[in-house]
Amino acid sequence: MSEPHNSPATAGAPQNHDHPVDFNSYVRRCAVVFVAALIAIGFMIWASYLPQEHFSWREKVAIILCIASVNGFIVAGFLMHLLSERKMVYTILGFTVAFVIGLFALTLYAMSDFPMNTVTH
Amino acid sequence: MDIPYTVEARPDTGLYNAKVGIWLFLASEVMLFGGLFSAYILLRVSAEPGTWPHGWQDVTLGTTETIILALSAITTLMAWVACKVRQFGRFKLFHGCTILLAVAFLCIHLSEYYDDLTHYEIHLTNGQIADGHMVKNNTGEDYVVIDGRYVNSEIDLDDLRAQKNISEKEITIPRSQIASMESYGPWFNDYMALDFTMTGLHALHVLAGTIVIGFLWGPGSKLWKKDPERFTNRIEVSGLFWHFVDLVWIFLFPVLYLT
Repeated sequence: MSEPHNSPATAGAPQNHDHPVDFNSYVRRCAVVFVAALIAIGFMIWASYLPQEHFSWREKVAIILCIASVNGFIVAGFLMHLLSERKMVYTILGFTVAFVIGLFALTLYAMSDFPMNTVTH
Repeated sequence: MDIPYTVEARPDTGLYNAKVGIWLFLASEVMLFGGLFSAYILLRVSAEPGTWPHGWQDVTLGTTETIILALSAITTLMAWVACKVRQFGRFKLFHGCTILLAVAFLCIHLSEYYDDLTHYEIHLTNGQIADGHMVKNNTGEDYVVIDGRYVNSEIDLDDLRAQKNISEKEITIPRSQIASMESYGPWFNDYMALDFTMTGLHALHVLAGTIVIGFLWGPGSKLWKKDPERFTNRIEVSGLFWHFVDLVWIFLFPVLYLT
């Protein structure tokens, strides 16, 4: 990315050189992200109307959540700058992902963990 | 005494302190919403086939809310970019748009809650069910009026997406024929409880974010004259929170409106 196109209005302000910002390139980036988000929303809605004869509920949910994940990756990666963050942020998120996996794994485990002789339907 | 590392990065983390703080906070938020999503999965998968509500939420409104939040995420980022390139006027414009979009989101959401809370399922003494929006329910009168339809069992109300051309009309029901009556609030069933809890918690986050952004747009923007870089960092931190709120909605929308 290049240096700012616009001259600073505040003389002597400290400049952050970690992320040199170009206004116009960000406008383009935001336009692309927004269009991608719209496409993802459109695909999710389309997937939710897929015929039940060809796609089971689980398959439809899997497709929709995959599209949502792609959309989430775009937002986190480009709008939250996760693609170019510091190691510290990745460390925090690494721990978070590990805990979330544990949380969901316990939920899934609990779904098949019944006391002995429990009658299930 | 000055608070250290509000602008320059700490040598050990490589980040200014507020940014480490917001990421740690967002990590705890992931666990909070993760717990609710996990509860949803547990209840949804455990439900008997064909009994989980489908099509109860208005997809058009949900889509509008999703687009509004996506757009507000863009304006939030552009507000930060405007600060970075030292264009305060543009910052005001973009963050003003963010606030308006957030208010629009909350208004739509409140209208959805109103719609749910005025929607009643009325069990009649003859076994039928009248389902629709309450038009008249005055305590002094011995009848209620709903804008809805009659169905024979609750199963007929589970999958509304599969039913096309549902015709609704104004129905007057004498109170003597009502066995029980309940609105579609969080007490109605598991789906509505999860819907209100998850979207309600999310809406509280939107409200909190709007208040913070509103403060930074209004009285908090005085810091711009004194220390623009520190102000820009505040905008970045509030923006990260706002993107997280958008991220949560990206998953809430398909889970509650589409599946």
